[in-house]
Amino acid sequence: MISKRIIPCLDVQNGMVVKGINFVELRHAGSAVELAERYYNEGADELVFLDITASIEKRKTLVELVKQVAKVIRIPFTVGGGISELKDIEALLGSGADKVSLNTSIVKNPSLISEAAKRFGSQAVVAAIDVKNVGSQKKVFIKGGKEETELDGLEWCRKVNELGAGEILLTSMDHDGTKNGYDLPFLKQVVEDVTIPIIASGGAGTKEHFLDVFNISVDAALAASLFHYEELTIKELKQYLQSNGIRVRL
Amino acid sequence: MIALIDYGAGNTASVANVLDELNYEYIITKHESDISKADKIIFPGVGEASSAIKNLHLTNLFTMLRVTKKPMLGICLGMQLLCDKSKEGNTACLGIFPITTEKFDETKIKVPNMGWNQIKYVKQSKLFYEIPEEEYFYFANSYYVPVNENTTSICYYGIDFCSSMEKDNFYGVQFHPEKSGKMGIRLIKNFVEKC
Repeated sequence: MISKRIIPCLDVQNGMVVKGINFVELRHAGSAVELAERYYNEGADELVFLDITASIEKRKTLVELVKQVAKVIRIPFTVGGGISELKDIEALLGSGADKVSLNTSIVKNPSLISEAAKRFGSQAVVAAIDVKNVGSQKKVFIKGGKEETELDGLEWCRKVNELGAGEILLTSMDHDGTKNGYDLPFLKQVVEDVTIPIIASGGAGTKEHFLDVFNISVDAALAASLFHYEELTIKELKQYLQSNGIRVRL
Repeated sequence: MIALIDYGAGNTASVANVLDELNYEYIITKHESDISKADKIIFPGVGEASSAIKNLHLTNLFTMLRVTKKPMLGICLGMQLLCDKSKEGNTACLGIFPITTEKFDETKIKVPNMGWNQIKYVKQSKLFYEIPEEEYFYFANSYYVPVNENTTSICYYGIDFCSSMEKDNFYGVQFHPEKSGKMGIRLIKNFVEKC
């Protein structure tokens, strides 16, 4: 049977990895390519790169990053950050990325999901969804968490599934950076409602948090600072999960 | 020399990176003349079956690949295109393996099948030389080839499906060796040096 995936996430700005707390206050954590190689050697199942560089040169720098990463790692990786056109997706996949993560662009233009899935296959299209509690509702936020939308989190998850996304990368903004654990109640609702794999994101702080999230049938778990600052190694985490009955690749 | 086929439906960059790492000579091409000079063919594939087959016709490679006697490795969609037919877009494929590609049942299991899964050998294959059984490989597919007489390894995802097969000079793997870490690199090395 398929194993559960551990995915380090690298937020990249001008080729360097940075990490924010609750989507603000950036800290530096080293070169993206070097960190990617370290995670590959340590047994990460997959990597996610989110480019938060804000510049007109962004397209070129993202393709360049993908080329450099693809030279050194032999595991799948996803790349995201401001991707809004099919020709950008083509350039990134053609440079060695396996999947693209789409966020703001699919809220603005939902048909981009079906167009990309038709052209590159569903497996290459990750719908990244950032949710935050607003009153008693889970609202979808875009533009790196800066802008609130009218969309309800659960309904948007169903919609991207219907449109042909291959996976959902679901980030809880309330949990992100807190290290208090993933948003289990909401993740559980989404897992029961959609037919595609779910990557949980936001809140990982201990090994137990990963066990909790895999026990509610989430397929993959993402974390950033926990791995970047070596508070937890991937090997140690996987050994813990295996001894608790979770199937992992060791 | 290896011909790595670029027909607009495959991720050639990742396979090329592995060939570079192994120091093999290769050419990324869609031209029959290049392929006819090569010793071996790697046929990658991602995306959708009907448009991939359309591209093979547009590049005039359809017939050549059907009749080649050179060792040829189809990867992922590349393996599925070696079958008779695909249920994806009801596509007539190359017809080397007499079987039809089916879709995973999304009422029973999450589709696509995405991630690392173990394979079990059912027949000996040079592709798996010195690769231990139950090793993990990376899969990313919504369609699968049913287990058949040419299957060399199987994988379980809701049902048993064919993770690799071979017949004469044709080899296919459903997973992505170029994205499956050290054992994936070994498999590509085995194809080049043993097949």
